[in-house]
Amino acid sequence: MSSSSTQPTPMAHKPPLAADTSNLVSTDSHRRWFFSALVVAVLVALPVVSVFYLSLFPSENIWSHLAATVLPTYISTTLILMIGVGGLSILIGVSTAWLVTMCNFPGRKMFEWALLLPFAVPAYVIAYVYTDLLEYAGPVQGALRRFFGWSSYQDYWFPDIRTLGGAILMLALVLYPYIYMLARASFLEHSANIQAASRTLGCTAFQSFLRVSLPMARPGIAVGLSLVSMETINDFGTVDYFAVKSLSAGIYDTWLNMSNLGGAAQIASFMLVFVVILITLERIGRARQKQFNSSDRFKTLERFELRGWAAYFSSLTCLLPFIAGFVIPFLLLGKYAYENFNETWSEEFLIIAGNSFLLSATAAVAACLVGLILAYSKRLSPGRGLVGVVRFANLGYALPGAVLAIGVIIPFAAFDNGVDSLMREYFGVSTGLLLSGTIFAVLFAYVVRFLAVAHGSVESSLAKITPTMDMASRSLGLNTFQTLVKVHLPLIRGGIMTGALVVFVDCMKELPATLILRPFNFDTLATYVYQYASDEMLEESALGALLIVLVGLIPVILLSRSIAESQRTN
Amino acid sequence: MLSFGKIKRFSALTLLSVSALPMVAAVSAASANAAEEVNIYSARQAFLIKPMLKAFTDETGIKVNVIFAKKGLIERIENEGQNTNADLFLTPDIGPIYDIVNKGLTQAVDSPVLEKNIPSQYRDPDDQWFGLTTRSRIIYTSKERVKEGEIKTYEDLADPKWKGKVCTRSGKHTYNLSLVGSMIATHGEAEAEKWLEGVKANLARKPQGNDRAQVKAVKEGVCDVALGNSYYFGKMITNAKKPEQIGWAQSVNLLFPNQADRGAHMGISGVVLTKHSKNKDNAIKLMEFLSGPMAQYMYAQENFEFPVRPGTPKSSLLDQYMGDFKADDMSLATIAANRSKASKLVDKVGFDN
Repeated sequence: MSSSSTQPTPMAHKPPLAADTSNLVSTDSHRRWFFSALVVAVLVALPVVSVFYLSLFPSENIWSHLAATVLPTYISTTLILMIGVGGLSILIGVSTAWLVTMCNFPGRKMFEWALLLPFAVPAYVIAYVYTDLLEYAGPVQGALRRFFGWSSYQDYWFPDIRTLGGAILMLALVLYPYIYMLARASFLEHSANIQAASRTLGCTAFQSFLRVSLPMARPGIAVGLSLVSMETINDFGTVDYFAVKSLSAGIYDTWLNMSNLGGAAQIASFMLVFVVILITLERIGRARQKQFNSSDRFKTLERFELRGWAAYFSSLTCLLPFIAGFVIPFLLLGKYAYENFNETWSEEFLIIAGNSFLLSATAAVAACLVGLILAYSKRLSPGRGLVGVVRFANLGYALPGAVLAIGVIIPFAAFDNGVDSLMREYFGVSTGLLLSGTIFAVLFAYVVRFLAVAHGSVESSLAKITPTMDMASRSLGLNTFQTLVKVHLPLIRGGIMTGALVVFVDCMKELPATLILRPFNFDTLATYVYQYASDEMLEESALGALLIVLVGLIPVILLSRSIAESQRTN
Repeated sequence: MLSFGKIKRFSALTLLSVSALPMVAAVSAASANAAEEVNIYSARQAFLIKPMLKAFTDETGIKVNVIFAKKGLIERIENEGQNTNADLFLTPDIGPIYDIVNKGLTQAVDSPVLEKNIPSQYRDPDDQWFGLTTRSRIIYTSKERVKEGEIKTYEDLADPKWKGKVCTRSGKHTYNLSLVGSMIATHGEAEAEKWLEGVKANLARKPQGNDRAQVKAVKEGVCDVALGNSYYFGKMITNAKKPEQIGWAQSVNLLFPNQADRGAHMGISGVVLTKHSKNKDNAIKLMEFLSGPMAQYMYAQENFEFPVRPGTPKSSLLDQYMGDFKADDMSLATIAANRSKASKLVDKVGFDN
């Protein structure tokens, strides 16, 4: 350890955490962390930079046409979609999270994990499933017609699932678990003491929720909401299937139908700016909040005992999203998979499932490592401009997958061709494509796309560790790396685990970037399902879709356990 | 990606994070460079072309590697540049062909076999692209509610007498854009816009679903006439797995439009040879194979598309329902060139809203 040269913090108005840790500076190791983080962040930001770069070269100016025709629709549709999905996800996620954490009612223990299950269902799959069930020829309308003796389309009214409202419902059903997960973690962390205090002060269950739990869980809910919003804004599969014209529809239309990739990149960049504004607003909104946990936070909490109507109502509130988001799609896929098992099953499936599993697991580990490096370096070197770079690197999440894929292709191919021409020139050998078209490219895309999830999870756990821990550890002679491994890692294990599991499930479902970047003859479960599902052949794709859900269940169950355990073991 | 080496110095953790990735990567890159191979980037679903590719491998021993993605592969070929592994690019439509040729990523193929197998209107005058199958964009009419001769042309779809009775998929779908492109080529942009507005005014519902879904809507009474590609009829009427689709197909008549004038609008699926193909000989062999009698027959049998090769026996089903009709011989390049204009027209009349 070198002598602690107290660097003057450039920003005098920094909150205490920043000032405190940077006073511990051992310049060398901090600088190493800083530069590692910078290099990693810049690498991860390359695809987003590529998209911005592309946007400089439109084949023609698209905006006058768009503004005169469909842009207002794109924007209003996107806004309604985001507000709808966000609002509904908060409603489901926060209410159920609070109920299973703070109250006792029939089925509570099962709902704790069951409410996470819809997360394993890809949005495009749930869209196919509900269309199949609710369309005119589907079993629901068929039964209604038989029951009421209606004979044709004109005889009755039935809500159309392929609408903006339908898309909101479908997306919210599979995305609310983000908010559930993070809200629940917040509730658990703050629960015992504060809840006890609120009860001493005479709050009812509901008052305690509104006045204490909700404000304290706001950072967690906000992170969850920003993940939901980004997933919503980058979705194409569901909105396309439902003929909902959001900005991503505009991106693909401009790119493919008007042969104007630059124009498409402009719309994508516009979308990113929009996301940045949203996130910034939210951060400003809670800039003054800062919470650290004191050591006795994990006392066992006493839950509100619910009885009678309140108990039934709570059970029902938790049951509905579980049934609609998981049980129904799972059963329908199961039925189709069973009926078509002989035609669809092949040995190939094992390889494909293995591909999905290995890729997702590797990506989960990688994303968490990158997230950890970025978050820890930021903690060590606050106010050195890292924050901005890291935030930029996290933007990959908000890009539609196919656009992100192009953003990966550009720097990878440039690197490959650069190396190749150097080697040709100096050694007379061609190295061809080194990275392009390899699994590495796919993995890289996964890390770029889901870093926001891993980083957010690691960062929020890290932020809860009071800076006095760092000081104590450092004054006992541990260096920055040892402090991370011996002090922080054990404390944030749960957060890292959560991040890794969420990234894993997200990668299992990832489709557009995988399709474009993959090597020859290579399928994941998602790409396999897609080639049939895109032709509306739900039966042929059911087995693959079911496997995605089943493999995704393993981490989801682990996840639920790790959240529950964090309460006990800490 | 330039500085993996540098990172090492900064932190062990960084190194770990980066090196975790290529471990799995090494497993995958294998297949591209062996001796007897041909590599395809395909914008057509892999399962649609698999039987033909398998037949090719069985006959020649040449291994065929495929990547399927509907979009993004042209950009991949473009950026991979002279090092690309793609030999052939297969598409379900003229649009992407037009784009990749315009970007200068293809090369001419001088093959007497292709010239003999593919009629001139279905291949590029400069030999940059070749059609492999054709299909017509036809009008499906309700057997119950539409009398024969009541509708004869694409132009009729805009006739107010069909108000609330027309179904189609999104105006932005490439098949519809091609059709609008051909309307622009025939009537000019202003007339085409009027026509599109007329069709829009006649729609029974907001454009949605695929072509099959439109036929289903006719069966269900949502609408009386619907636009759709011809091969979907074959796929529905033979669908033993989903017998209800047979019912949809049985509820409609097939109308090949504009038989008295220019003929029914045609689309193609096609193939190009990439400029930097590494397995050129094998690639051309595969192109010739796909235009040959066996593959052409299989296309008709399996996918109900029309073979481009004259004299190929069609399937009995094609003969029965889609026998002789007059096909529009408008240049496909013209149609593709109008795609961007067509897309803007669709926006302008708010067709999909």
